[in-house]
Amino acid sequence: MKINKFVIGGLLILGAVVFLIANATQGASQYFMTVDELKAEGPDVVDKNLRVSGAVLGDTIQYDLSTLTLTFEVAHVPADAPEIETEGGLAEALYQATIDPSRARMTVVYVGVKPDLLRHEAQAIVTGHLGADGIFYAEELLLKCPTRYEEAVPEQAGN
Amino acid sequence: MIANLGFGILLVTFFVALYSGVTAVLSNPKGLATIFRSLPGSEYLRALPGRLGRFFRITHDLANWLEKKEDPQRSASMAESARRAMLLTWPLLTLASLLLIYLLVNNHFEVQFVYEVTSRSMPTYLKVTAWWGGQAGSLLFWSWLMSAFASLVTLRKWDRDREFLPWVIFVSCFTLAFFVGMTVFFENPFKMFYQTSTGVEAYLIQPANSVLFTPEDGNGLNPLLRHPGMIIHPPMLYLGFVSYVIPFAFAIAALITGRTDDRWIRLTRRWSLWAWLFLTFGLVLGGRWAYDVLGWGGYWGWDPVEIAAFMPWLTGTAFLHSVMIQEKRGMLKTWNMLLIILTYDLVIFGTFLTRSGVLSSVHAFAQSAIGPLFFTYIAITLIASVALVIYRWGNLKAETEMHSLLSREALFLFNNLLFMSILVVCFWGVIYPLTSELFTGAKVTVGPAFYERANGPLFAGLMFLMGIAPLSAWGHSTFKTLGRAMWVPTVLAFIITAVIFAMYTRNVYAIIGFFLVAFVILITLYEYGRGAVARQKTHQENFFTAILNLTARDRRRYGGYIVHLSMMLMAIGILGIELFQMETQGTLEVNQQTSIGGYDVVYQDIARFTGPDGREVTRAVVGIYQNGEYLGTLHPRIDYYFDAQQAMTIPGQRATLKDDLYILLVSWEPASAVGATFKIYVNPLVNWLWLGSLLFLVGIVIAAMPDKDPERVMARAGKRTRQVSAAD
Repeated sequence: MKINKFVIGGLLILGAVVFLIANATQGASQYFMTVDELKAEGPDVVDKNLRVSGAVLGDTIQYDLSTLTLTFEVAHVPADAPEIETEGGLAEALYQATIDPSRARMTVVYVGVKPDLLRHEAQAIVTGHLGADGIFYAEELLLKCPTRYEEAVPEQAGN
Repeated sequence: MIANLGFGILLVTFFVALYSGVTAVLSNPKGLATIFRSLPGSEYLRALPGRLGRFFRITHDLANWLEKKEDPQRSASMAESARRAMLLTWPLLTLASLLLIYLLVNNHFEVQFVYEVTSRSMPTYLKVTAWWGGQAGSLLFWSWLMSAFASLVTLRKWDRDREFLPWVIFVSCFTLAFFVGMTVFFENPFKMFYQTSTGVEAYLIQPANSVLFTPEDGNGLNPLLRHPGMIIHPPMLYLGFVSYVIPFAFAIAALITGRTDDRWIRLTRRWSLWAWLFLTFGLVLGGRWAYDVLGWGGYWGWDPVEIAAFMPWLTGTAFLHSVMIQEKRGMLKTWNMLLIILTYDLVIFGTFLTRSGVLSSVHAFAQSAIGPLFFTYIAITLIASVALVIYRWGNLKAETEMHSLLSREALFLFNNLLFMSILVVCFWGVIYPLTSELFTGAKVTVGPAFYERANGPLFAGLMFLMGIAPLSAWGHSTFKTLGRAMWVPTVLAFIITAVIFAMYTRNVYAIIGFFLVAFVILITLYEYGRGAVARQKTHQENFFTAILNLTARDRRRYGGYIVHLSMMLMAIGILGIELFQMETQGTLEVNQQTSIGGYDVVYQDIARFTGPDGREVTRAVVGIYQNGEYLGTLHPRIDYYFDAQQAMTIPGQRATLKDDLYILLVSWEPASAVGATFKIYVNPLVNWLWLGSLLFLVGIVIAAMPDKDPERVMARAGKRTRQVSAAD
C-alpha cells in the first residue's frame, strides 16, 4: 500500500513527462533539409516548419533599411559530415558552392537586423517556411564563418 | 625555445600524473581487487569458453591474489609517494601555463595557438585571457584547475579518512592524465609552424629540412568574445565543472573501499556547494554576455552548447538536495552515487561541447579529432562507476523507509524527479536530430519552443515544491500540518495575484508564474520571520540581531532560503522578458522620434571615428524622454574590427527595475541621407534576473561558509574522549 503511493506518484510524473515531450516535439519540430532536397520536395513542404542550411552568395545580399527586409540567395551545400569532408572541409565546401553555378539556389527573405556575420561564403542556417512563391521566409537566421576562425595554417607569403 | 620547453613540461606532467595514479592504485591492492570484481557480469563471463573467458578468469585470480598482497607499511609509503607526485603536477602545469601566457603576451605568432587567438592590436589583458580563448589553451586551463583542486584536497588532514586518499588521488589523476594527455598529444598549444618543401604546417618537433615560419600577425580573438562577461564566463564555468570532480572522486573512493555511509558526502559538501556556485554564476554570466553582445535582445537560446553546460547544473542541483536526505534519513544512497557519477560525466561532456566557438552545432564537433576520445572516456568512466555501484548495491540500502507523501524526504524526491525530467527533456532535444534520422530518415530538429513548452510545467512544479518543501517535516507531514503553516502566505499570494490580474495582465502563463513567485517568496519570508520572532522571544534580541543570529546558527538552512528567494527574483526577470518583451524598428532622421513602451526615443546625432585598437566605431546619440521629461542619452554603436573583418553591435541600455530600454544601431551609411536605422526593445523586469543572481551569490556563500566545523569541535573534544571520533 505504502509502496503503491510512491509508484503511482512516480508513474504520474513519468506519464506527464512523456506527454510533455511528445506534445512539444510534435509542436516544435523543424525539418532539416538541404537546398537540393527542398527543390526536390517542391510544394509538399510549403508551410512546414523547416531549417535549411546553405552558402551565402555575397552579391545577392540586399538590405532595405526602410522595412529592415533582408534578401539574399543561398547555394546548396551538403549536410552530411562525410560528404563535407570529401569536399575538403566546411570552408572548402562553402567556397565550392558559391563558385558552382549549377548548384541549386534559393532566395531567403528575413525581416530584422542584419547579422554581423552575414557575408559571402558564410554558412546560413535559416529557420522558417517555404512560401508558395518558392521564396524561403526565415524567422531565424544563424551564421557560421568557418573560413576565418578555424583556419589552422596561415597563408604563405608568395608561394 | 620556450614553446619546446612548454611541450616538455606538459609531457613530464602527463607521466607524473600517470605515475601518481598508478602508484595510488597499487598502494591499495584490495581496492584494485574490488574494481576487478565489479567488472560488469564478470561471474558469467568467467564461464565463457575460449580466450574471453580466460581473460575474466585471470582477472578473478588476480583479484584473489591481490587481496592477499595487502602490506600496510608498504601501502602507506606508496600512497605518500602518489600524493607527492600529485602535488608536483600543479607547479608543473603552472609553469607550462606561464610559458604559454608569455608566448601569448609577446606575440609569438610562430606558435599556432598564439597565431589563432591573438593579434598585435589586442590589449595585453586580452592576450592573457586568450589562454582560454581556444580549444588547446582551455584544455590546459582545465588541467591546471584540476591539479590545483586535487592538490588542495590532498593537503587536508586525512586522519580519519586515510583509506579514501589513494582513491581520491587515483580518480583525480586519472582525470588529469586524460586532459593533460589530450593537451599533449592531440591539442597541443605549443605546436609551431615550420616551412618544409611541401608547405607550412604546425608541428610539435621541428621536421628535417625545415625552417621556422613566423606569420606577421595573428588572427586575433573573435571580437564577440572581447567582453568582460565572456572573459570571466569560461573560467567560472570551468571552476564549477572541475570542482564537481572532487565529490565524484570521494564517491568512487567510498564505493571501492566499501565505506558507503554518508562520510564522503559530509567531506565534500562544501566542494559541491562551491561547484554549484561557480556553475550557476558561469551560466548567468554567459546569459549576460549574450544579452549585451549578441544583440538579439535575449539571454538564452536553448543552443546545444548552452544545454551542455545546463545539464550538469541540473544533476548538480538535484544532488545538492538529495544528499540532505541521505544525511538526515539514510535514504537514497544509490541515487546519490548515480547522480554524482552522472554529473561527472556530464561535466566532461560539457567541457567537450562548450570549449569554444560562438555558433556551433553538434555536427561540427563530430569532425574534431578529440571527439571519439571524449566519448570513449565518458563511456569507460560511466560503465566502471556504475559497475561499482551495482557491486555495492547491498551496502547502499536505505536505513529507513519512506512513509508519507508529504514528508520532507518525499518532497525532495519529487524535486529530484522534476530535475531529472528537465534533464531528460534537454537530452531528448539534443539527441532528437540523431535518433529521428536513424529511425525515420528525416533530419528533424527541435527549436527553443520545444524546450519552453516541455520544461515550462516542470519549472512550475519545481517552484511549487520550493514553496511547500521547507514547511514539511522529516518523516511525516499531513495536509493539516502543512496547511496550518502556509495559509497566511498563501492567502497573501492570492491577493497579490488578483491585483496583478486586475491591474496589469490577463496572460494566463504570467498569472500562474507570478502567483508561484509570490507564493514561494511569501512562504520563505514568513518562515524566516517566524524563526526570527521565536528567537527574539527566547533570546531577548531585537528583530535584526535575531535574523542575523538565526542565519549564523543554521547557515545551510537559511542560506538555502536566500538562494530560493534569489531564484524567484530571477524568475520574475525571466517571466518579464519572455512574456512581455516589446520591440520596434525603423529608420530615423536626425531629430525624428519614435515611441515604444512609454518611452520616446529621439535620434540626435551620429559620429564615426577610429578606436584605440584600430576598430572603426560608429556611435549614435539618442535622447530618451518619458512623458515629456528628459531621462538622458544612450549611445548604441557598431564597432567594426578590420583585423577580424567583423562588426560588433553594442546596444545602448537604460536599466531600471521596471524595465530595460535596449537600443541597437542597425546601420548607418555616411553617404546616404536616409538617416540611421534602429531596433529598439523594451524588456520588462529583466533586471530582476541580474539582481537575483547577485542575491544568489550572497545566499550560497552563507550556505558554503565554514560554520563552526563539527569536525574541529569534535577534534577538540576528542582530546579527552578519543573513542568518540574512533567510533564515528
